Amino acid sequence: MNSDPLVLYGESFASRLLLGTSRYPSPSILGSAIARAQPAMLTASLRRQNLGQPDVLANGFWDLLRQTGVPVLPNTAGCHGLQEAITTAHMAREVFDTPWIKLELIGDDYTLQPDTLNLVEAANRLVKDGFKVLPYCTEDLVLCQRLVDVGCQAVMPWAAPIGTGKGPINPYAMQVLRERLSVPLLVDAGLGRPSHACQVMEWGYDAVLLNTAVALAQDPVLMAGAFADAVQAGRSAFLGGAMLEQQAAQPSTPVLGTPFWHHTQEQ
Amino acid sequence: MNVLINNISQTLPAGATLADAVALLQAQPPFAAAVNKAFVPRALYPQTALQDADRIEIIHPVTGG
Repeated sequence: MNSDPLVLYGESFASRLLLGTSRYPSPSILGSAIARAQPAMLTASLRRQNLGQPDVLANGFWDLLRQTGVPVLPNTAGCHGLQEAITTAHMAREVFDTPWIKLELIGDDYTLQPDTLNLVEAANRLVKDGFKVLPYCTEDLVLCQRLVDVGCQAVMPWAAPIGTGKGPINPYAMQVLRERLSVPLLVDAGLGRPSHACQVMEWGYDAVLLNTAVALAQDPVLMAGAFADAVQAGRSAFLGGAMLEQQAAQPSTPVLGTPFWHHTQEQ
Repeated sequence: MNVLINNISQTLPAGATLADAVALLQAQPPFAAAVNKAFVPRALYPQTALQDADRIEIIHPVTGG
């Protein structure tokens, strides 16, 4: 039994890593990456079905999802309007038979920055409709607070734009956000390296959601493991409490009893 | 009547329901449907009468981040 589970909406998860399922070189590699990362949840999406012709790839993905036994977190990726996002969330709930939804409402196609003005209202309506909403948002403190105000029991700020792998581009704001909000915070986008994941976990973030950083690695399975280890290391470091940085050097070996020690330089 | 299903024009008999459209086009489960941007639960397909120029979306699971 994990003594330090990730708790979202009252539900416990053994892992603090959520994994996306897109852009892997093959379904087989995706399956191996999932097996190595042991994620808390897997994200998935919804797209138009090619009617009148069997979609072998899609059916294979559905089978893979079910075989893993990992809970699915459907997203509303690509939605640009309030109604569009709400409708997609309802469709996802029926298809995946889950109340979880990663709420994505895009406001700008170049940066994939969320539409922060409509996001709060979309979250508000979905929470009232019984969804467990995990909103993809920016690191803006007031936005995140408003999302909590309407009933989101966790929020998912980006570290950088989706798919960039830049790592946290606004460390100050992310750390202030952590200090100010007590709900679980999951970093949703923009991480590229395990050290990025470790860093945000050291700041006290509760989990990270990754996709591109694993899928586009030269060896996605090895990278999935590296991220899983980094997330755990960062979490342990946060709980362990890092030492305070010092301005001057301080010897770690005791000075008392140093052999041959004397005040004057040897002649 | 003519409707748009996944942005492709389709001809359906007058009085057709969403259940008829799904059956005609052999949608493969699992999927979900919406008419004119409003979600329609599976149980309501037989009683959801379609109108000329309706826009129907039938979507299914894909990989996502």
